[in-house]
Amino acid sequence: MAVEVALFVTCLVDQLAPEAGIAAVRLLEAAGCRVAFPEAQSCCGQPALNTGEPEAAAVLARHFVEVFEPYEAVVTPSGSCAAMVHHWYPRILGGAWAERAEALARRTYELTSFLVDRLGATQDIARAAPLEPGLTVTVHDACHGLRVLGLKTSGRQLLEAAGATLVEMAEPEQCCGFGGTFAAKHPEISAPMADDKLAQAAATGADYVVACDSGCLLHLAGRRRRTGEGPEPVHVAELLGRALR
Amino acid sequence: MTTESLAERARRAIGDENLQTALAKVTAALGAEGTAARTDPDMVERRRRGAAIRREVLADLDGWLDRLQTRFESLGITVHRAAGPEEARQIVLGIAREEGVRLAVKSKSMATEEIHLNAALEAEGVEVVETDLGEYIIQLAREMPSHIIAPAVHKTVPQVARLFSEVAGESLPDDRTALCAFARQRLRSKFLAADMGITGVNFAAVDTGTIVLVTNEGNGRMCTSLPRVHVAVMPVEKVIPRFEDLGVLLPLLTRTATGQRLSTYVSMVTGPRRAGEVDGPEKLHVVFLDHNRRSLLGTPYEEMLCCIRCGACLNVCPVYRRIGGHAYDAVYSGPMGAVLTPLLSGGTEGRDLPDASSLCGACSEVCPVGIPLADLLVRLRADLRDPGPAVPAAAPWPRHDPIGNADPSAKAVEVAGDAPGGPGETRPGVRAARHLGFQAWAHLWSSPTGYRLSAAAARRLGRLTPPALIRRTPLVSAWGQGRDIPLPAPRSFRQRFAARQEEGW
Repeated sequence: MAVEVALFVTCLVDQLAPEAGIAAVRLLEAAGCRVAFPEAQSCCGQPALNTGEPEAAAVLARHFVEVFEPYEAVVTPSGSCAAMVHHWYPRILGGAWAERAEALARRTYELTSFLVDRLGATQDIARAAPLEPGLTVTVHDACHGLRVLGLKTSGRQLLEAAGATLVEMAEPEQCCGFGGTFAAKHPEISAPMADDKLAQAAATGADYVVACDSGCLLHLAGRRRRTGEGPEPVHVAELLGRALR
Repeated sequence: MTTESLAERARRAIGDENLQTALAKVTAALGAEGTAARTDPDMVERRRRGAAIRREVLADLDGWLDRLQTRFESLGITVHRAAGPEEARQIVLGIAREEGVRLAVKSKSMATEEIHLNAALEAEGVEVVETDLGEYIIQLAREMPSHIIAPAVHKTVPQVARLFSEVAGESLPDDRTALCAFARQRLRSKFLAADMGITGVNFAAVDTGTIVLVTNEGNGRMCTSLPRVHVAVMPVEKVIPRFEDLGVLLPLLTRTATGQRLSTYVSMVTGPRRAGEVDGPEKLHVVFLDHNRRSLLGTPYEEMLCCIRCGACLNVCPVYRRIGGHAYDAVYSGPMGAVLTPLLSGGTEGRDLPDASSLCGACSEVCPVGIPLADLLVRLRADLRDPGPAVPAAAPWPRHDPIGNADPSAKAVEVAGDAPGGPGETRPGVRAARHLGFQAWAHLWSSPTGYRLSAAAARRLGRLTPPALIRRTPLVSAWGQGRDIPLPAPRSFRQRFAARQEEGW
């Protein structure tokens, strides 16, 4: 029986990187899911919270809860947006809203973790999206997925099962320097952090640097277009999506 | 304090090649130790127990301080209580005057840096000599520590040789061994001549009344045994209930700070010299330093008082690793400094420091006592919007519970609706506009039509506006510094999902 999931595509993917969202839908379907896209969704509220505006973030948090509460499972191609729901929603909301948010957080998943840990669909994905032989990738562990949700293996498992060769960079867990509003508030620190990440990725000789967070990827891609250093940053879903039969 | 902005200081630090080399080296070495201390099997339980002991103290800080004072006094230690830096300085100056002190030697102490004690003593004509090698170097250079456990980490060997050569009155070689030998000889004569030894306190055990100092150079022991007067400046949170707690806390500190199972020296002082003893001070004073610490109790910021000053959060912080300690322009730097500086100063210093973080959470993860540093930085960004202290009388945030024994009855308090909303930052107008802007945005994006229309408009605007004009838009222009600005997709995901059939995917 098909698993029903609601896709929270995230505002960044919706507006700036729709290919990652399309790939997410197709991967979920390849794993046997029926994907709904609740039209009323917008943003998880991180930009407001990280700028020191928790009240505005709470407005969007309540909206998120209302939009996604009817669904059995919520899947998002962003570790940090999922972490926002898990970690911060219960903290910035009060009373009954916090309880509703906690209940919803328990069924809100980052995409690769949902596919691998929740569905056990690694082989389905590998069969549906075989990567070209000899493809090498290096993985950037996006911070909030890693440290709040404990994501470390699911993205790597999918890539390896699909035939990619993983080459670890020196510090895969080091922040890329995006940090939401930090990137705009302190570009003088944020850009050198991206340089560190891209240099480490370049040193692996990998074809792509892969993450499951569009914030990091837009930041790294923007820096790479400026400096020309490092492999192409690409969302793990998008890389697999390109290989979907 | 400098008049430069944080961004200017950061830019200068990033452009300083010597500093970049030194930072990369030390943070990689110490960071690896901190990370190992997090994951080693024997450390997991120690971290849990250490965090629990620190929280046991905070649950009754005033009670533990009272009991510590009683114990100290029974041992012949004089206890003083200082509300803030000025009072603490006056207490130490008073002791120095009374005792006719002309030369004071100091063991490394962040608490005395915090109260800027050296300048006060020097103004009174007391010669003060830092005896930790790193502190000695930055004292000669007239700088602040750039790392809480490696204060002179930003200095190169040739720079140290130049500083020491000035003191020596002759040219010393760029050689570590020779420079250390010079410092050792120089400091030895100061130890022997000093009237007063000044130290901080790493831990103070209530049941035995023991002051514990952790050093790697033995200078703490010299400062507490040779001069006739010993003054220890003790931030109030340094109290621990039991001597046996050191079995957990000492290795927790040293393993996380430097990877040592125990520091080279651990000095334990239990009262002044007693009849029949051959060394130790005749008089021992302890100054309990509050400096806004007790006002944090009962707020989410209380957790910061668990800090044992290991420096691990600095070593793993990608921002610290790039800009170093001096860019923070504060005594405490890195994530712990970005939290502590505005809190200790009652919101008068370091208000911009919580922004100096990508919120990656490496600090929270490595912290041996489970302080949710990244969360506290997020909270401070909100609580520092308004002028004045960061800690509101009734903290609107629920308490955080990293060790998993939260009181289930402690419920979150709704923050929305009682927003401070007042003037803030440097320009009240900017602050108010930002708040209203975010509120308006949040409400707009809570409506399906609002989101769709505004996003579509922004996308069209983004694609039609000449790039030169886009680059001048606030926020976008800051993003554009160093990064190319992404163009909105021709069609949004939701448009393409709706048109799935036609697109054929």
